Amino acid sequence: MLSRALRIVGLVLLAALMYVGFTRQPGPAAEDGKIHISYWEKWTGFEGEAMRAVVDEFNRRQDEIYVDMLTISQVDSKLLLSTAGGVPPDVVGLWNSNLSSFADKKVLLPLDDYLERAGISREHYIPAYYDLCEYEGVMYALPSTPASHGLHWNKKLFREAGLDPERPPRTMEELDAYSERLTKRDETGHLILMGFLPTEPGWWNWAWGCYFGGSLWDGGDTITTDSPVNVRGYEWVESYAERYGVTSLQVFRSGFGNFSSPQNAFLSGKVAMVLQGVWMSNFIDKYAPGMEWGAAPFPYPADSPELAEVASVETDVLCIPVGARHREEAFEFIRFVNSQEGMELLCMGQGKHTPLAEVSEEFLAEHPNPYIQVFIDVAKRSRTFSNPKTPLWSEYLSEMNAAFDEIWLGEASAEEALGRVRIRMQQKLDRHLEQKALREERP
Amino acid sequence: MRGLRRRELWAGLAFVSPWVVGLGVFLIYPIVASLYYSFCDYSVLDRARPIGLANYTDLAKDSLFWKSLFNTLFYAALAVPLGLGLALALALLLNSGVRGLTVYRTIFFLPALMPMVALAVLWLWIFNGEYGVLNVALARLGIQAPPWLTDPAWSKPALVLLSMWGVGQAMVIFLAGLQDVPEHLYEAADLDGASWWDKIRHVTLPMISPVILFNGIMGIIGSLQFFAIPYIMTPNGQPARSAYFYAMYLYDNAFLYLRMGYASAMAWILFILIFCLTLVSLRLAARYVHYEAAP
Repeated sequence: MLSRALRIVGLVLLAALMYVGFTRQPGPAAEDGKIHISYWEKWTGFEGEAMRAVVDEFNRRQDEIYVDMLTISQVDSKLLLSTAGGVPPDVVGLWNSNLSSFADKKVLLPLDDYLERAGISREHYIPAYYDLCEYEGVMYALPSTPASHGLHWNKKLFREAGLDPERPPRTMEELDAYSERLTKRDETGHLILMGFLPTEPGWWNWAWGCYFGGSLWDGGDTITTDSPVNVRGYEWVESYAERYGVTSLQVFRSGFGNFSSPQNAFLSGKVAMVLQGVWMSNFIDKYAPGMEWGAAPFPYPADSPELAEVASVETDVLCIPVGARHREEAFEFIRFVNSQEGMELLCMGQGKHTPLAEVSEEFLAEHPNPYIQVFIDVAKRSRTFSNPKTPLWSEYLSEMNAAFDEIWLGEASAEEALGRVRIRMQQKLDRHLEQKALREERP
Repeated sequence: MRGLRRRELWAGLAFVSPWVVGLGVFLIYPIVASLYYSFCDYSVLDRARPIGLANYTDLAKDSLFWKSLFNTLFYAALAVPLGLGLALALALLLNSGVRGLTVYRTIFFLPALMPMVALAVLWLWIFNGEYGVLNVALARLGIQAPPWLTDPAWSKPALVLLSMWGVGQAMVIFLAGLQDVPEHLYEAADLDGASWWDKIRHVTLPMISPVILFNGIMGIIGSLQFFAIPYIMTPNGQPARSAYFYAMYLYDNAFLYLRMGYASAMAWILFILIFCLTLVSLRLAARYVHYEAAP
């Protein structure tokens, strides 16, 4: 009797499992008569809260659409898996650095028709940010919150070193000279303060050549990693390692804590100048509230004044996956986020500037970052750059990080290390273009 | 009678079905599929396109493939013998009749229970060049230690050192083997006037040689698949890919670059490598490993 009861219980459980496993889960019950769309976003903490406020505002005004926002870690790989499995969300928040790879793999819906119908075009935006959403002439996203990068400096440390705290370095040569003035060692010769460190924060190790006027790819079939200007940029990086000593820099750097902590090298006053994005002011307020700091455009090489127009930018983006079930409604939400009102609510909450051309007076007046205008101006420069728009970017990035290490540690000269990267990436690009041609031949 | 047999057969099949289905769906199918995909250009999102041997010939020309393979073999060549030696030494010490054997055994085994991620984060701090407890201790002894994980020359040795942490697993297996060595053999050796070392050399080691073989093969397999710890401690194999291991490159190809075909080819090469090494070990075993004759 008992065994029979067990068998029945087991069968029921198995059936339940199979039902859960093999049937598509319906969205949350649409009892309110609204269409529910699912929105996956990577942000957590205050950045997530800022987006939630925008979602709540959208939902409050809508009687047809309801956005269910879900915070998802590793959103890029989960988007791929859910797309492969045929159950992607309706809206997904990514980075512009993902776009080319995802667009190339046909994971994202082209938005050109939607934009045309909604009357949204490039002139509504700071052009650099709009252009980051495009791949091979097609728009695959709209910006959510953008970021331009600039030099942040610690005014107190400037004063202590006898530098004018209100005047940041403007050229690379000034940056080096200031750095030399600011750097301090203790009696035993250990570094205790560095003026500037090209390894901080380590997120843009690939970009130093670009600040010297270089680029990593010509946009066609040629990789340009070891162009003379790029080599110059990385020889500049190398000069820091040589001047201050690889080993003592290694020991000094191992004392740095995580980015988002009071032990952050810049926030704890161990590095006086750092390249950072517009978001840095949030972290200064949180972890080093009394700090006196300033932000300015990043320096350029004195012998190339035209490079004063160079600036690095990036943006978080909103996209619609190809398999989304409610595309129109998803776009409606993206459009609301990209309205001036929605965007200012979001970017104010995240402490960033808006990617839109129009900015309200109140936004600028009430913004928590005192240097917000600096970042807006930087983003409007004529020679902005971001990571190259190639589907091979994650591989390229990994190669660049390894080459940066080799150069920094003195294992290879800038020319050797970058030359190796060019050869490897050129092979991969050739193979990629070959396979792409094959795919287009017989789709 | 026959009806009962058949009913029993069906019941038996039903009871093993979760295992059979699981084996088929989650093991046999993926293995066969990966062999097929290793001859394809496959990104998961698109249909797989057969490209013949291109993945394998590309791998042969891929310098990073060779570098990651070298790093892995380097690590295995240090970690496996050291781990075996240390585990055996600990087991011999514990087997020498210490009091409170169970307590020591538990203590030495405990680290092996620690989750990989926690272990990796803990050792990140231990190896820290400036504040790390290891370098602070060495400095007290007057030794200027390297900044382990940020120096390409020391990153692999540091990970070998870390791997000794998990030696308790092998130690417990050795200990079980040691306790199976019949007492009368030692008594006979004593009568012959054998020294402490002679007994280990001529009694203990031959008697536990099958256990050494087992631990050795498990060690080789484990270290060639070394992944979770360096993935956390030395992302992208930094510094300068000196700690970039085979399984990390495989993972990056599969899930970061979406080159499933390429990654499948790597997986099969790793399988063949492990298979060959195991075969060699077993060949050697025929000469050195002593199995007690069946009664």
